[in-house]
Amino acid sequence: MGRYVLRRLLQMIPVFIGTTFLIFVMVHALGDPVNALFGDKAPDPAIAAQIRAQYNLNDPLWLQYVKYMGNLFRWNFGTTFSGQSVTSLLATAYPATLKLTAVAFTIEVVFGIGFGLISGLRRGGMADNSVLILTLVVISIPTFVTGYVLQYLIGVKWGILPATAGDPLTLQSLLLPGIVLASVSLAYVARLTRTTVAENSKADYVRTATAKGLPRRRVVINHLLRNSLIPVVTFLGTDLGALMGGALVTERIFNIHGVGFYLYQGIVRQNSNTVVGFVTILVIVFLAANLLVDLLYAVLDPRIRYA
Amino acid sequence: MPAATRARWAVIAATSLALVVTGCSSSKSSGGGTNSAGVVTAWWGDPQNPLEPANTNEVNGGAVLNMIFTGLITYDPKTSAANNANADSITSTDQQNWTVKLKPGWKFSDGTPVTASSYVDAWNYGALVTNKQVNASFFGYIDGFNDVAPTSGAPKAQTMSGLKVIDDNTFTVALSQKFSTWPQTLGYSAYYPLPKTFFSNHAGYLNQPIGNGPYEISSWTRSQKMQLRPNPQYSGTIKPQNGGIDLKVYTDTNAAYADLQSGNLDVDNGVPNSALKTIQGDLNGRYINQPAGIIQTISFPLYQADWNTDNAKLVRQGISMAIDRATITKVVFTSTRTPATEWTSPVLGAAGGYQAGICGDACNYDPAKAKALIQQGGGIPGGQLTISYNADGPHKEWVDATCNSINNALGNTTACVGRPVGTFADFRNQITSKQMTGAFRTGWQMDYPLIQDFLQPVYTTDGSSNDSHYSNQQFDALVSQANAQPNPTDSVKDFQTAEKMLATDMPAIPLWYQNGTAGWSDKVSNVMLDPFSVPVYTSITVK
Repeated sequence: MGRYVLRRLLQMIPVFIGTTFLIFVMVHALGDPVNALFGDKAPDPAIAAQIRAQYNLNDPLWLQYVKYMGNLFRWNFGTTFSGQSVTSLLATAYPATLKLTAVAFTIEVVFGIGFGLISGLRRGGMADNSVLILTLVVISIPTFVTGYVLQYLIGVKWGILPATAGDPLTLQSLLLPGIVLASVSLAYVARLTRTTVAENSKADYVRTATAKGLPRRRVVINHLLRNSLIPVVTFLGTDLGALMGGALVTERIFNIHGVGFYLYQGIVRQNSNTVVGFVTILVIVFLAANLLVDLLYAVLDPRIRYA
Repeated sequence: MPAATRARWAVIAATSLALVVTGCSSSKSSGGGTNSAGVVTAWWGDPQNPLEPANTNEVNGGAVLNMIFTGLITYDPKTSAANNANADSITSTDQQNWTVKLKPGWKFSDGTPVTASSYVDAWNYGALVTNKQVNASFFGYIDGFNDVAPTSGAPKAQTMSGLKVIDDNTFTVALSQKFSTWPQTLGYSAYYPLPKTFFSNHAGYLNQPIGNGPYEISSWTRSQKMQLRPNPQYSGTIKPQNGGIDLKVYTDTNAAYADLQSGNLDVDNGVPNSALKTIQGDLNGRYINQPAGIIQTISFPLYQADWNTDNAKLVRQGISMAIDRATITKVVFTSTRTPATEWTSPVLGAAGGYQAGICGDACNYDPAKAKALIQQGGGIPGGQLTISYNADGPHKEWVDATCNSINNALGNTTACVGRPVGTFADFRNQITSKQMTGAFRTGWQMDYPLIQDFLQPVYTTDGSSNDSHYSNQQFDALVSQANAQPNPTDSVKDFQTAEKMLATDMPAIPLWYQNGTAGWSDKVSNVMLDPFSVPVYTSITVK
């Protein structure tokens, strides 16, 4: 198990370098950011040159990348054009996104698995059909449409929940964006759970457990659900990273100053420090989530062993 | 300043869906009278650069600087007239050497006095090339600017020779050329004074800028919000009518609009395009839409041989006549643009040099004549007109509409096409490195309400923003002559004579003036926009 984790950690290094380099190249492919600082005016050449020198923009791309990575290992993520250190942006953005993701993830897990279990156990029933129809509707509507419609109805028109998440972020104000962010994944989780529960409920071990006279509650929770959750956990693990990335749209709609906001601003202003810094952390989150999922398999399914 | 129109998220189009269902805004009973301690919540965006006066050239940073600083002069929000603020007098006998006298006793919000050195040091800092201030070019008229900001290499001097402190409240400025309206330019943020702490504790200053204006910054959470409260040390006459302003950074203009409708935001001057159709009903008329000092134009690459001929002038005039400005501003922009008939802005007023119709027939929609002129000029160079624009801004719609209008006039569906460029930065790169082969969109937001600012930087041969590289010696001579006129009326006349040449040469086609828009909640009143389309925060009252 320890060796396995170590091997996985070592594999992360090339993945990490590869992704950050790709992002670095892509941001630079957008062109020279200095002109945009001067707006619709022609930049003063001397000053533009000074700014380029400050951000190493005159160096060849590979050298810029090496310099950037060198700073990164000293935990120096660089500064934005407005003079803020990217580290301080990370420190304000990630907690906000994590809070939103946590709310969304909780909603996704609780309601996704709950709905899936109910409809899986009562296949063809009223509950099953309504879950299927509802999830189909949710999956087919893009997140930003759900977002704006719910914001208008619940936030503006009826005033049940705050229309935007203000500062500081409260659980109440994160509820609406959390539901929007979770909705599509929730639908997938429900459908996935439903299928595996439906399949496994005919399995031998379930029949055996029932035949032994175990209470239905134990059969469903300890035997049926535990085995049915393996594919769901895989999905949830990768989805955790996707949620943080997908928060980009939701954060804009509900005015949450998280990763999405800074990433968007970084791209618009072509500040590679911001973009690469934020993506670097996102990559780490993705890699860690994947590793966690793989380790969770062993917990759920005793037949899986890592040597 | 750049035009305030920057990138908007592509999904905005979809939001109209959410906003079609117009709801009645809830009407709360107000007690009547005003609450002078009431705090106003206002829309804001993250400033692009550090909040240094000479380093701020966009609206978000500009809005804050405008509140925390009062310069030598201020502009009347209604008439755009320049009035002395911190200056007691700015005088000259030869329109080139100026003496500035300050009103004594003014203080920064940290209690230190505002003296002649506060100005001279600030201007020297702003001009010095190693300080990398994006507004450095504003000091270009001052003697010695070329020593502190040479085009290449290290600066030869640290301070400009044209600036001299006489005593605590007096300093003199020597300009490198005659410039009679120079005092009226001094309301721009680049010319604000700076306290000593700016130089001694620069990092600390940037975290909490200190000024001499009606407000002071009481707290600032970067990228989130800023709280401004009345500055007890303020000595000027434009005192805040409210208990302070809370600026709130919005990730998206639609989010701000939702907050405005649900009562969490009081003043929203970032109204999204998708809301314009319903805003009157949404807000029960609490909405203002008035021309601002911003003009949108289509420029031509006069550095390309085939665009720099006498025949091409006719073609450009023809293209201008083929554009149906009235319909486009009404349909595409929901009347938040006003068709342009010259190259400045109505906010200047008649005294300031605005004169409707200088462009003459060339700016009137006349498809038949347009076609004839273009044919007379030998057709569009290259056979097809391309209009380049930055795709990260809201430009596609109007460029396509403009091209449609041209195509209809010429009876040729491919005479004109839009050419999107991915980002604003790349777009500006192509313009400044003279890579354009066809027409391209240009916008000009005035720095100060003077006809000079609309003509000199944009159309004189060495103009800092002469994107089309238009060069006409007669035009240049008239601008110099206008700057040397001691009498403002004569000066304006000369500028207008120069402007008339643009109608024949047509280096850029005037399209429309951009309006400033703002909506507000039922909790506040007296919301006005100044000629820069920034709310006049000091005058807002809370019910």
